[in-house]
Amino acid sequence: MGRAVHRWRLRVKREQLYGWGHTSPSVADVSEPGSEREVSDALRTNGFVLARGLGRSYGDAAQLAGGHVLVNRLLTKISPLSSEGVITLGAGVSIDELLQLSIPQGWFIPVTPGTRQVTIGGALAADVHGKNHHVDGSIGNHVLGLHLVTPSGAFDVSPNEQADLFWATIGGMGLTGVITSATLQLLPIASDHVVVDTLRFDNLDALMEEMVSHDNDYRYSVAWVDCMTKGASLGRSILTRGDHAPRSETTTLNGPTAPRLKVPFFAPSGLLNQVSIRAFNEAWFRRAPKERSGELQSLSSFFHPLDGVSDWNRLYGKRGFVQYQFVVPDSQSDSVRKAIELLSSSGVPSFLAVLKRFGVANPSPLSFPLPGWTLALDMPVGPGALPSTLDHLDDLVLEAGGRIYLAKDSRLDPSKVRAMYPRLGEFQTIKERVDPSGVLASDLSRRLELLKR
Amino acid sequence: MENAFSQPQSVVVFGGSSDIARAIVKKLAAARTRNVVLAGRNQSLLDEAAKEAAEAGVTSISTAIFDANAPLEAGSVVATCFEKAGGIIDLVIIAVGHLGNQLADEKDVAASVNMVNVNFTWPVAALAEIRNRLLEQGSGRILVISSVAAIRVRRNMYLYSGTKAGLDRLCDGLADSLQGTGVSLQILRPGPVRTRMTKGQKDQPFTQSVDQVASDTVKGLSTTKRVITSPPVLEYLFAVLRHLPAPLWRKINEGR
Repeated sequence: MGRAVHRWRLRVKREQLYGWGHTSPSVADVSEPGSEREVSDALRTNGFVLARGLGRSYGDAAQLAGGHVLVNRLLTKISPLSSEGVITLGAGVSIDELLQLSIPQGWFIPVTPGTRQVTIGGALAADVHGKNHHVDGSIGNHVLGLHLVTPSGAFDVSPNEQADLFWATIGGMGLTGVITSATLQLLPIASDHVVVDTLRFDNLDALMEEMVSHDNDYRYSVAWVDCMTKGASLGRSILTRGDHAPRSETTTLNGPTAPRLKVPFFAPSGLLNQVSIRAFNEAWFRRAPKERSGELQSLSSFFHPLDGVSDWNRLYGKRGFVQYQFVVPDSQSDSVRKAIELLSSSGVPSFLAVLKRFGVANPSPLSFPLPGWTLALDMPVGPGALPSTLDHLDDLVLEAGGRIYLAKDSRLDPSKVRAMYPRLGEFQTIKERVDPSGVLASDLSRRLELLKR
Repeated sequence: MENAFSQPQSVVVFGGSSDIARAIVKKLAAARTRNVVLAGRNQSLLDEAAKEAAEAGVTSISTAIFDANAPLEAGSVVATCFEKAGGIIDLVIIAVGHLGNQLADEKDVAASVNMVNVNFTWPVAALAEIRNRLLEQGSGRILVISSVAAIRVRRNMYLYSGTKAGLDRLCDGLADSLQGTGVSLQILRPGPVRTRMTKGQKDQPFTQSVDQVASDTVKGLSTTKRVITSPPVLEYLFAVLRHLPAPLWRKINEGR
């Protein structure tokens, strides 16, 4: 005491921050720490602090109104890739940057979300999953260890070292501390292509039956479902499954290419509406082959098709959109049908939804996946039935023992969170141990009352 | 925090026992509003409003008393209410207003001052403190209840109409000053409404219930529209009326 501690060297700018869905922005003091020291200095405050990556969370997970947001893009040190595919990355490295480096050496990220434009720190905080969850689990399952800076000091944590803090940080939405680096086990690949089998289904039941019986034959599997059709064609869908291609004659492996298209400005709100989205879904469905096997697709077009168009979220206009993703346990597969029925009868416009199967959950208390079915949809914010339709869906999901994905949420009723995440209390206890005065928070944690006051 | 559909969770209302404010709170409670502070002049009316809010689903309610004739105290009233609400405040409603009695008030110095204080000075004073606090918070919405009568001041109610016009115009500039701060201000201009304040008066054209006003308001709050007019059609009607030649405007406002 008595000694004035003033090592504030970070340049701080007051800035309005949005999630990827471009709804409910808030203003915070924003800075880019370039060292672990600057991160730990920033955490020594009476105010609130949160780390942010590339802003791909759909809702308010990476915002903190009135607080200090540390944009983690300068911690980008990368260790040499070991011969066993182990690599240590600064948390500000994006998956895109990792793949540029690792694919030519024959290694792929073991789990990737639908975009490469996320940081490693953000990916771990949301415990992202990909098309291979039914086989490989989520990204947390492939982390050998991470470095976490908290208000009560820095820790090296792993599944063996302070395992409870490690798992609370995986999927912990940045509320346990700031991840500064992580060590990942990568996946060996012999090709920069994926061998893809495609099947088209006229209704949901046939699709789900096929997924239950044969998904495990493939490392990657995902179905696109039309949630705007009714009756006999309810849930018509396209199932694509695949695995990394074997070594081919052309032996060079190429990293992802930069986006070719860009949405230069916000489209008028309302451009994407019931009519235009229905037409898109129709075209998408008709374009797909009834059955095709052995098609070679590049890694990018298979895993990250939307990365080909930068700022695609602007197509939804300034009012933005919400993404809704839920999971229900295997025993409640009927809830998937009920959810799609509810959506199609409400007339809420939604692009082809993504349906996939989840495998075993990992030990993280706030991680989203649990064994069963997950459905994700994008819907434009606009006047109409959307808010109440989603509230009904929440009830359906909750009743089935399911939950919704925090990294994508922007509108859940806080009274339903605890039932969806029954281990929230356990998470809070671990968080309080490393952050006793509650410095780490987010607009999401405030809105959903994830932390004790 | 406000969610993606602009549904607030925590709301502070000045003029919390006004009929329009009560109806708005009820509608907001049907969505996400659980924490409300109601500030007003009369404790028993506030208690009544609080009971109604609780029935609508608000789980945490407190009340505060203030005197709109004492604008210099507005700052501490705002501070008290924000502290009672605690945490992030998503929406602040200013529903303070007094219709007065034009015929009597226009001859009376004290009554004229009272009209300006209640309809203009107090809200402006409170807005200074609300603005500071929300700017620091980095988020939040302000809803100021004006009136379609503010669009063009009428001779037969120039004290009410004129003081609301002052507030309405000032808020337009205030809202501009908030661009890019995470805070926004919206102006509600209701047409004639059946309320306690207008009890005993004959229904004017376009008179509606507080419930209708509340529906239009909640819909407006989910947008970024600067001005919310209720019923919406009056926006177009008054666009014409405000440009009527003065003799004609005087003529239609002849009735006392």
